[in-house]
Amino acid sequence: MNHLLEAWELLIQADTWTGPTGMGARAWEHLLYTVLAVGVSALIALPAGLAVGHFGRGRNLAVLSTGAVRALPTLGVLTLVGLVVGVGLMAPMVALIILAVPSILAGTYSGAESVDPRVVDAARAQGMSRWQILFAVQIPLGLPLIIGGIRLAVLQVVGTAMLAAYVGAGGLGAPLFLGLRTYDYPLLLAASLVVIALAVLLDIAFGTVQRTARRLMRGPA
Amino acid sequence: MGIEFRHVEKTYPDGAQAVRDISFTVPSHTTTVLLGSSGCGKTTLLRMVNRMVDPTGGQLLIDGEDIAGAEPVRLRRSIGYVMQHSGLLPHRRVIDNVATGLRLNGAARGPARSQAEELLELVGLDPALGRRYPDQLSGGQQQRVGVARGLAGDPNILLMDEPFGAVDPLVRLELQQQMKRLQTELRKTVLLVTHDIEEALSLGDQIILLRPGGEIAQAGTAQELLSAPADDFVARFLGVAQGRRRLRTSAGQDGEWVVTDAEGRPLGVVEAPPGPVHPRADPSGSVPPEDGR
Ligand SMILES: Nc1ncnc2c1ncn2[C@@H]1O[C@H](COP(=O)(O)OP(=O)(O)O)[C@@H](O)[C@H]1O
Ligand SMILES: [Mg+2]
Repeated sequence: MNHLLEAWELLIQADTWTGPTGMGARAWEHLLYTVLAVGVSALIALPAGLAVGHFGRGRNLAVLSTGAVRALPTLGVLTLVGLVVGVGLMAPMVALIILAVPSILAGTYSGAESVDPRVVDAARAQGMSRWQILFAVQIPLGLPLIIGGIRLAVLQVVGTAMLAAYVGAGGLGAPLFLGLRTYDYPLLLAASLVVIALAVLLDIAFGTVQRTARRLMRGPA
Repeated sequence: MGIEFRHVEKTYPDGAQAVRDISFTVPSHTTTVLLGSSGCGKTTLLRMVNRMVDPTGGQLLIDGEDIAGAEPVRLRRSIGYVMQHSGLLPHRRVIDNVATGLRLNGAARGPARSQAEELLELVGLDPALGRRYPDQLSGGQQQRVGVARGLAGDPNILLMDEPFGAVDPLVRLELQQQMKRLQTELRKTVLLVTHDIEEALSLGDQIILLRPGGEIAQAGTAQELLSAPADDFVARFLGVAQGRRRLRTSAGQDGEWVVTDAEGRPLGVVEAPPGPVHPRADPSGSVPPEDGR
């Protein structure tokens, strides 16, 4: 309890946040890592998930491979890739992308699949092309689930991005590992609190976006 | 001219033979009804016309041209399609749903919307409903929107798959009557699928009665089917055999003719009496009817 209080006192001091290695800069780095990892994952997983959902093929493959990838321990991947590419941002990015892809993939193909097949059939019968069906019917109507997948990926990545500091990169893992090594528990706790706050804020933001999408697409409340 | 089915067959990839060797023609500007119980291949036949289903044998010609060579997306944009469940896009306003086909055919948003409003009026809906979303309409209203969407772009051919099957009987009757009114005005080439005999008799200029297994049991006008059923199946299906459609007339008290069923239950009165037609006495006693034959 004492440590927590000290951590709180640390957090309300201005100079904790300032400077190139201050908590502010670290939080910003952390957010950038998260955005980068989730962004690259989305570039991979969105088209793949849409293809699976649209064509209705390759679903088993998608389920199996995402299951297999999910079983990989992130720390193991990080260490392995780190051994190959050395210290820096590369290894944690690969590990985070591997973490995020399955969630986005699963959300995307479930989203595209969730659209009432009769609505898709009607759209086809009206003379919509495959692309038009994808962009005017399946993506908008699947949006709530697609965003749900991204929301989950963000939550996983924001927590796990702590590990970036483990191989010499920055982010909120840096003060955390520093606190761990130097027995500076208030610092360690302060960094954890900031990560938790970041995660909660991002989740609220994505939750709002998801609800808005659901309302606009007239899905179940 | 019209739509010609020539020895058409369909076996689905899973081996189900839905349609075998079917030939008939849907003459232009008339309504042909595909009638039959569930599973006898009606929907399969209907969907061949806009290439939602491709036949595994035979040919399908529209105005003499084999549609096997037509580009499916282009073909579908030129043919109206109305389905049992309206199939409206839930995230688009009613007006934009109706305008979808117009937009696909290249119309700008403004003109497409005003045309869509006219179509809503044509099918008996208040154009103000266009601002709503499909889930804010009743089932009957949604079906009307489906019909309006099918008519958008003024297609020559209208395909209707049990268009009034999912609404309650009263609304169904209303929609059928409206369809008849519309058809006398628009004279589309209509192919309509139903399992409802009344609907077939009331809307079909021609009725193609299918039997299980995907074969034609009999094709003809309502009169031909009722008065000369080709076999037992047709007679049973139409209810002629059970006397459901054997009607009798008998003279009522005030000189009108009462129609009864085979068991003598009264069904209604005939306005023009059977037998020699004679001008009725004019109650006002003034000018005698000029056209009395
Ligand atoms: N996509 C499909 N794949 C396999 N079999 C089908 C498919 N569509 C229809 N069938 C089968 O073909 C037969 C005719 O179906 P359908 O044309 O829908 O009949 P109807 O519209 O008269 O009820 C049925 O036995 C049905 O199970
Ligand atoms: Mg059917």
